[in-house]
Amino acid sequence: MGMLTVSASPHIRAAQNTQGVMLDVIIALLPAAIAGIIIFGINALFIILTSIISAVLSEFIFDKIVKKRNTITDLSAVVTGLLLALNLSTNIPLWQVAIGSCFAIVVVKCLFGGIGQNFANPAITARVFMLISFSDMAQSAFPTIVDSVATATPLAIASGVSEGTLPSLLDMFLGLRGGCLGETSALALIIGGAYLMIKRVISWHTPVSFILVSFICSWIFLGDLNGALYQVMGGGLLIGAIFMATDYATTPVTKKGKFVFGVCCGLITTVIRIWGSSPEGVSYAILLMNILTPYVEKFTAKKPFGGVEA
Amino acid sequence: MNTKENKLSFLTNGIIKENPVFVLVLGTCPTLAVTTSVIGAFSMGIAAMVVLICSNMVISALRNIIPDKVRIPCYIVVIAGFVTIVSMVMHAYLPELYDMLGLYLALIVVNCIILGRAEMFASKHSVIESALDGVGMGIGFTLALLSMALIREVIGNGTFMGMAIPYFENFTINIFKMAPGGFMVFGFMIAIVNYFTKGRAIKKKDFGCEGCPNMSACSGGCEGCKKEGE
Repeated sequence: MGMLTVSASPHIRAAQNTQGVMLDVIIALLPAAIAGIIIFGINALFIILTSIISAVLSEFIFDKIVKKRNTITDLSAVVTGLLLALNLSTNIPLWQVAIGSCFAIVVVKCLFGGIGQNFANPAITARVFMLISFSDMAQSAFPTIVDSVATATPLAIASGVSEGTLPSLLDMFLGLRGGCLGETSALALIIGGAYLMIKRVISWHTPVSFILVSFICSWIFLGDLNGALYQVMGGGLLIGAIFMATDYATTPVTKKGKFVFGVCCGLITTVIRIWGSSPEGVSYAILLMNILTPYVEKFTAKKPFGGVEA
Repeated sequence: MNTKENKLSFLTNGIIKENPVFVLVLGTCPTLAVTTSVIGAFSMGIAAMVVLICSNMVISALRNIIPDKVRIPCYIVVIAGFVTIVSMVMHAYLPELYDMLGLYLALIVVNCIILGRAEMFASKHSVIESALDGVGMGIGFTLALLSMALIREVIGNGTFMGMAIPYFENFTINIFKMAPGGFMVFGFMIAIVNYFTKGRAIKKKDFGCEGCPNMSACSGGCEGCKKEGE
């Protein structure tokens, strides 16, 4: 940036740059973050701040050590930190948050060449890393603003892993349920997703196909419309479909590829949720599809008009 | 270069310059499996070193008798003999370690380091040189295992040689005890070794098409061979 590029015409003029896109994502994540703080209390704010500060500091120090151009001003580290925090449960210690965030930036992003070069979404990978590493991650937090008697997340109850009563569908929609910090409020997430789609930061293909396929599959396999609605609003499906499965670097660029990505994510998620031993499968589904993205792109690449098969 | 220096380099080659684990990337299976504890890593390293020295010597002594076409089975028989001795001795005198290493002790038979050194070194050098090479490679293997085990046990378990380390034991990251953490530490260690040796730890010409295990598949057309031809 700041350098003149000389190239042949035609030129595309666009006001979009990395910083602008990242700023839009941050704005879109704010409703979910605010909802999380309201629902889970002030502890949620500390986790969000720790995660962001750790992510930005890690990137700053890494760039200093390897003597690369400093990239913290493009705000991608802030997005990663915020996104990771929204995927954590509020009762984990702050040092674990800091380590997870550092892992996301240093191991998943910077070691593979920095922004745009990472093979998988840093926030998802860090979440899975923390899920394996820290036993505290398995327990989810519960809303502090209502007298909650729930003992498990709706998904755990629905899949029969834990005992308990399911919250009402309205509570699910507003986010008054157990779970991770930013994943509970469907309303806030949908507002954020709508903002991103209106600003054309993300296309609708992946989120819609992801959510729709999960819904239809759970409806078919569970044979229960109500249960399918719980499956869609429960767990991290919405935040995953809207914010994680639309990451530029790790998902296909073609429209057809985006559909394939969304459909496969939805299928894997449902399979893990219904038949797997873990009640939640969104992270694993997205991570798996991130790895398969180069193949999806290869098979869905457009042939140029008049082009011949290579 | 006089012969004395040459002999010494057989010994020291294996430690960093041709470290079997981090530079030659051989013996990955035991490396990832036993490095969850320092004690396991150390005993694995020593056991492999004993087998390596003995098998190197015997194979080197027999190198003119073994027919070329059946050399691999012959090497395996020699190696398996020594592995059996080591595992029986361990079973008798160190039963706890024997239980700890379990299957991986028997798997030394197919350890790529030992077979690789037999094929690449012992079959072409004298008995004493092969013994020195065995010692060097064994030390290199043991050091590599120890360095990985140190990182994995301290971070993953908060202990050192089974003893809890104050402070660390409250801040453990479990993933380092498991396979993914093993791969991560492995990658980091290779990166560090590469950094300090500037990626020139091993000369490319040491691995001509002759000794290349992929020779039958690529018939001289693979990336590595093309580069060599240039």
